[in-house]
Amino acid sequence: MTFWTYRRRDNLVGYLFVAPALLGSLAFVLIPLGLVGWYSLNEWNVLGGTFEFIGAENYQQLLSDEKLRESLVATAWFAAGLVVLNLSLALLLAVLLNQKLRGTTVFRTLFFSPVLVSLVAWTLVWQLMLQPEGSVNGLLGFFGVDGPNWLRGDSTAMVAVIVVQVIKNVGLNMVLFLAALQGVPAPLYEAAKIDGAGAWTRFRRITIPLISPTILLTSIITIVGSLQVFAQIAVLTQGGPGTSTTVLIYYLYQQAFQFHHFGYGATLSVLLFVIVAALTLLQWRMRRKWVLHES
Amino acid sequence: MSRKVWLYGLLCLLCVPFVFPTWWMITSSMKPISEIFSESLLPSQWTFSTYETVFKMQPFGQQYWNSLYIAVIVTAGTMAVAALAGYAFARIRFPGQNVLFVVVLTGLLIPSEVTIVPLFQLFQSLGLTNTHWPLIIVPIFGAPCVLAIFIMRQFFIALPPELEEAARMDGLGRAGIFYRVALPLARPALGAVAIFTFLHSWNLYLEPIVYLSTPDMFTLPQALTQFVDIYGGPMWNVQLAAATMTAVPILVVFVLAQRQFIEGLAHTGVKG
Repeated sequence: MTFWTYRRRDNLVGYLFVAPALLGSLAFVLIPLGLVGWYSLNEWNVLGGTFEFIGAENYQQLLSDEKLRESLVATAWFAAGLVVLNLSLALLLAVLLNQKLRGTTVFRTLFFSPVLVSLVAWTLVWQLMLQPEGSVNGLLGFFGVDGPNWLRGDSTAMVAVIVVQVIKNVGLNMVLFLAALQGVPAPLYEAAKIDGAGAWTRFRRITIPLISPTILLTSIITIVGSLQVFAQIAVLTQGGPGTSTTVLIYYLYQQAFQFHHFGYGATLSVLLFVIVAALTLLQWRMRRKWVLHES
Repeated sequence: MSRKVWLYGLLCLLCVPFVFPTWWMITSSMKPISEIFSESLLPSQWTFSTYETVFKMQPFGQQYWNSLYIAVIVTAGTMAVAALAGYAFARIRFPGQNVLFVVVLTGLLIPSEVTIVPLFQLFQSLGLTNTHWPLIIVPIFGAPCVLAIFIMRQFFIALPPELEEAARMDGLGRAGIFYRVALPLARPALGAVAIFTFLHSWNLYLEPIVYLSTPDMFTLPQALTQFVDIYGGPMWNVQLAAATMTAVPILVVFVLAQRQFIEGLAHTGVKG
């Protein structure tokens, strides 16, 4: 037997193949994450050039930071509004496209097209449309409604950023739902029909349970994605009016890169990480409870 | 019959918010500024001088090139890293495999925004701020790449083992099997990875505004927000001319390729 057996060579190839991914994620993901933890224990003012260990002080500041509390409220509203609107619209569109109709691929392309439009370009045109004299209010005026100044009102600004983001990205979830709907076996519907189940009952008792894995997947991706929405906020509202649309990531950006509080910025990063990780794990565990398994 | 009419009507109505913004972006870019808030669907006076103004106000050609070449390198790099790692995690047995896979997967839990403070510090100490290095190297190994590895692994796991055994009988080594047998079959998965990686890089906004400071280094998303008058108010039509040039070519390419894209995406079961 030579030293280089097939198995040994295979092991080596395996390590070589995963090496770039592994080293890269150590250098640019895991070690930086560790550093975020360390920085969060320090007072670090970049402009003043000071860096000193202060223990848990940044974390105490988290608790007493009134703007952070407002920011977390905004983040929660944004995430909740986004997920509910996105998933229900995606499911509605998918159900409509799943009907036996000619030309559904054309509609599918149209609903999907905003996904492919460059993000800031999409945001800029909505900024124009949402001006007081813009075309959204023009349309409302056509129906006799006097539209608000969307981007300058506390609650309307939040509604605006949610809607702009949902229309931009709902096509992705729609495609995933459509694939799931097409995977539901037709005989199940036939059988339910014979048993006298109406359309709504069939939808609730057959469709929803059978596509529940997709509902879970899309809700995880959408919630975690909502925590990373930055460009739209930065362009449309700059977090305002007041702090009404200052979501956590925007607040982090302000603290770290506008006010140059790197230490406190790192503390906010830790908070963002904890929220993302907790949400993902929570939803992963919920899977066992309410997602139907075929086995 | 009436049900069909009703469905078509509903679909057309729902289409409006999806199609109108793109329409409005293109047509408004050709309106004179005095007409920007008019309700008419087409300009009454077509003007293309906004497109010239874009190139006068910013080094827009250079910025276009910056975005394009960065996105191409990131896409190629991510495809290479993800295909290799995804294949190894799916098809090769080696000690510590599962642990290493979990280590890589944790990257999915860590959005790139979380690590931006230490990464900025790292690149600053290397003298690489206001260069394109951070925008190229971090995405190739960060969260989007982890998603790509996951997609590639799911694809390679589903590949029938008989194919590889036949190739092994023919005397191909591991690398040969990967390159000549597995990789060509993985084209749909690679396509999906390529498209969402490209879009991710093309749309990147936070990182460029953190790292880049001079207009000739800017990427497109950042450049688009620079078209303002001396009072800081947006020059709507010029801004939208730049936006149109950014959005429309990509839109056309992807609509032409949409069948592969949408279906590839649906099959991987993961979105970018």
